[in-house]
Amino acid sequence: MAKTLTGVQKKKRGIGWDGKTLKEMRKEITEISKETGHYAGLKTLPFKESDPIRFEKIYSKLRGGVVHARETAKKVAASPIVEQEGELCFSLYTPEADSIVTSTGIIIHVGTMGAAIKFMIENDYEDNPGIADKDIFCNNDNHVGNVHTCDVHTLVPIFWEGEVVGWAGGVTHVIDTGASAPGSMPMGPVQRYDDGYQVTCRKIGQNDVLSKDWLLESTRSVRAVKYWTLDEKTRIAGCHMIRDLVLDVIKEEGVDAYKQFMREIIEDGRRGFVNQVKTMLIPGKYRQASFVDVPFKDLDLPSFAKLNTIIHTPSEITVHKDAQFEIDFEGANRWGWHPFNATPVSITSGIWVMLSQTLVPNDRINDGAYYASKFGIPYGSWFNPDDIRSAHSNTWHALVAAWSPLWRGLSRSYYGRGYLEEVNAGNAHTSNWLMGGGYDQYGQLSAMNSFETSSCGVGASAVQDGISHSAALWNPEGDMGDMEIWEILEPLIFLGRQILPGSGGAGKYRGGNGWQSLRLGWGAEEWTMFVAGAGVMATDCGLMGGYPASAGYRFQANKTNIKERIEKGLPIPLGGDVDPDHPTYEENMDAEVVYRDRQAVSTQEQFGDYDVIMNYLRGGPGFGDPLERNPKQVEEDLNEKYILLRYAEQVYGCVFTEKNGVYTVDLQATEQKRKQIRKERLDRSQPTKEWMKGERKQILNENAAIQVKHMYAQSFALSEKFTNEFKSFWNIPEEWMIYEDDLGVPTLGSRINRFKQKKKQ
Amino acid sequence: MAKYDKKRIAELIDGTLEFYQLKDMMSSHKDPERFEIYREVLQDRVSWDDPILLPYGLHLYIVQKANGDRIVKCDCGHEFCDYKENWKLHARIFVRDTEEKMNEIYPKLMSPDPEWQVIREYYCPGCATQLEVEAVPPWYPIILDFEPDIDTFYNEWIKKPLPTVK
Repeated sequence: MAKTLTGVQKKKRGIGWDGKTLKEMRKEITEISKETGHYAGLKTLPFKESDPIRFEKIYSKLRGGVVHARETAKKVAASPIVEQEGELCFSLYTPEADSIVTSTGIIIHVGTMGAAIKFMIENDYEDNPGIADKDIFCNNDNHVGNVHTCDVHTLVPIFWEGEVVGWAGGVTHVIDTGASAPGSMPMGPVQRYDDGYQVTCRKIGQNDVLSKDWLLESTRSVRAVKYWTLDEKTRIAGCHMIRDLVLDVIKEEGVDAYKQFMREIIEDGRRGFVNQVKTMLIPGKYRQASFVDVPFKDLDLPSFAKLNTIIHTPSEITVHKDAQFEIDFEGANRWGWHPFNATPVSITSGIWVMLSQTLVPNDRINDGAYYASKFGIPYGSWFNPDDIRSAHSNTWHALVAAWSPLWRGLSRSYYGRGYLEEVNAGNAHTSNWLMGGGYDQYGQLSAMNSFETSSCGVGASAVQDGISHSAALWNPEGDMGDMEIWEILEPLIFLGRQILPGSGGAGKYRGGNGWQSLRLGWGAEEWTMFVAGAGVMATDCGLMGGYPASAGYRFQANKTNIKERIEKGLPIPLGGDVDPDHPTYEENMDAEVVYRDRQAVSTQEQFGDYDVIMNYLRGGPGFGDPLERNPKQVEEDLNEKYILLRYAEQVYGCVFTEKNGVYTVDLQATEQKRKQIRKERLDRSQPTKEWMKGERKQILNENAAIQVKHMYAQSFALSEKFTNEFKSFWNIPEEWMIYEDDLGVPTLGSRINRFKQKKKQ
Repeated sequence: MAKYDKKRIAELIDGTLEFYQLKDMMSSHKDPERFEIYREVLQDRVSWDDPILLPYGLHLYIVQKANGDRIVKCDCGHEFCDYKENWKLHARIFVRDTEEKMNEIYPKLMSPDPEWQVIREYYCPGCATQLEVEAVPPWYPIILDFEPDIDTFYNEWIKKPLPTVK
């Protein structure tokens, strides 16, 4: 009798434990964890409980080794994003792709690399192309669960005596991945096919050697080849260090102990998370929302992408009685033809980055916390697109905005319990991203993405100001990098870096300030530049009376006379644009083209020698009523140029005397002025319920800008719950509705639509 | 495990701790008795007698009334509403919906474009303190930020009796 294919496959011994396939192992671990509520069904932790010192020793060895792998491997890289900014991360996984231990760095990729391994398992890679000892795999496919194309993963299986005992994964943020515009987070892509070179979990090497076809194809597909190549070597070096580490641990402890350890450490992570929720939070519901602009109407893009809209991300955190942690994003609006879309894995993984800095501030970042949580991410929304054509290359534009309100939600818990030192009013919208590419000052085809965004302002806490020009949510170890290094690598000279007064949200404790740098084109050929950032909107509220951080804008001047001015010894633009109400850049140069506007996302434009472009790195939101800020701190802010005089007076209600440019606050006059401002507040405000009557009329008359209506129409089309809550709140009649189709804007790709589905029925 | 006295918690509330002290608090395991000490410090500071059930926000508390109601109250004494309702609906509001009003807070170009987004400021009708600020597109429903499950918190999580009216 002839053998059937199924029969042959069944007889083939799997590479997982006890002859199982990885797919069987994945299915088992998912089912038993779900059924029991404990990872791998572990209701007790026999190894940890019977031999805690040995257990912790293994953990420390692995954790230390993974961090060491990152620190050592990053020295291989040439890219300033990796070497200067530390945009890399390594993680160790179980055979089924659950994370055991992770390095420092961009730990969002704990989830994304896990998603890639799960993708390989799900798609039977074990049979074809095969998973063998010393294989090397690569992934950066956004729709597999990556954050964006430039985050390139290297994945290496770890075998012990013919059995998979785990996976090592490494990721770096690569400067260019061959998108339709240069740079790692380009503006211009509106479809997956513009996003650049996407590698879908591909086997790129065997016996620890990269295939020649891979090396040729990949290096011909990207712009900045040297960075691509050295980043890959970095990732492989780190993965191999981790593989050696695991094999050493197994030699020392035995494979059975290692297997038991990996199960228990994840269950331990789950329990630790539950315990932290009970220790630091208050059961209940927390609601917030974020908004970020998509001002694409006038950009040079395909017609179906040319519209202004707003990405809407409402979130409801539920801390359940049993300390289960749930976030529901019901009401979020549709994905679109822009590069700001995301995947569910990228938003949830980013939430872990945030939680590891607040709720679970320890080194046990593994998939245990994931098993203690639940997320509701609407299908068809911008972070769960129903179409593989969606572009993701600049997903951070939306992700950073969506995460920030979650800090605020959790902060209400910390505030209620008295853990004031943990309160955080939110994070900065980490932008602008300053990008470009072409032939650089060395004549090489290159690209750039200034990672100065690693050092934005932090949101204020309930007991102190946010730290200025220092951090980014997504990389707890971020750094703005040295100007001298950037100048070596990019064809742009610094005309200054300066704190931007007023960029941190005002408050009793102000948000950390942002800053600006001004760059002068120098030495490149056929170079283009563009920026990407939030412009017309603040991406977060303040907290408990504090104001949001300031919104963004752009400044760029082309074909300037700076060369002539330097030759004549005349002043040229230098430093930051410290008071945009009274700008000075334009006074110190002539230019054929000047962009000074809120269009903080732009597409490529040619950029030559002596052209200038400003990079504006945002501040963080404030906490508490600014009138309660200690006047002495306002004085300090003014003298150190963190705020402008008129805002120190009108927002903080302070009165000053000035001598030789130094301001001294008049405490008595300040007290009077603050009383007066409070009186004015009552005079010009109205009872909220009165105001609501007027706002309701605006809604009934459909009086709002098209982008606002478009945002609501999309959320209405995707969510009955959001629609009902909206109508109920404003007491809007049943027949009132805003439909996307009626707005006269492109609707290509808008398939999920509960109104149309109802009509069909 | 860290332990702090009333004086230290009062200093924390006042924002007078040095950074190294705050850093120490952030890095240490959380002190489980923090809530009770914190609640007591706040109770001592307000001029009214209603027991504080939960600090709800800067200046705002959920308090227990003698008739069994739980209401949102400002430390100035102004009482907003039942804690299940949105106190913002009982506040005074000022909406920054023009460039001119935005420019009072932010330099030119550094504020949201009011066509896309407005800033709503909520003031206490009693003391005119700015209690919350929302930055939302026009029409956005006023957000009910926080609905705590006070009974579960006391009875099952911290296992302490709810403060009662004396």
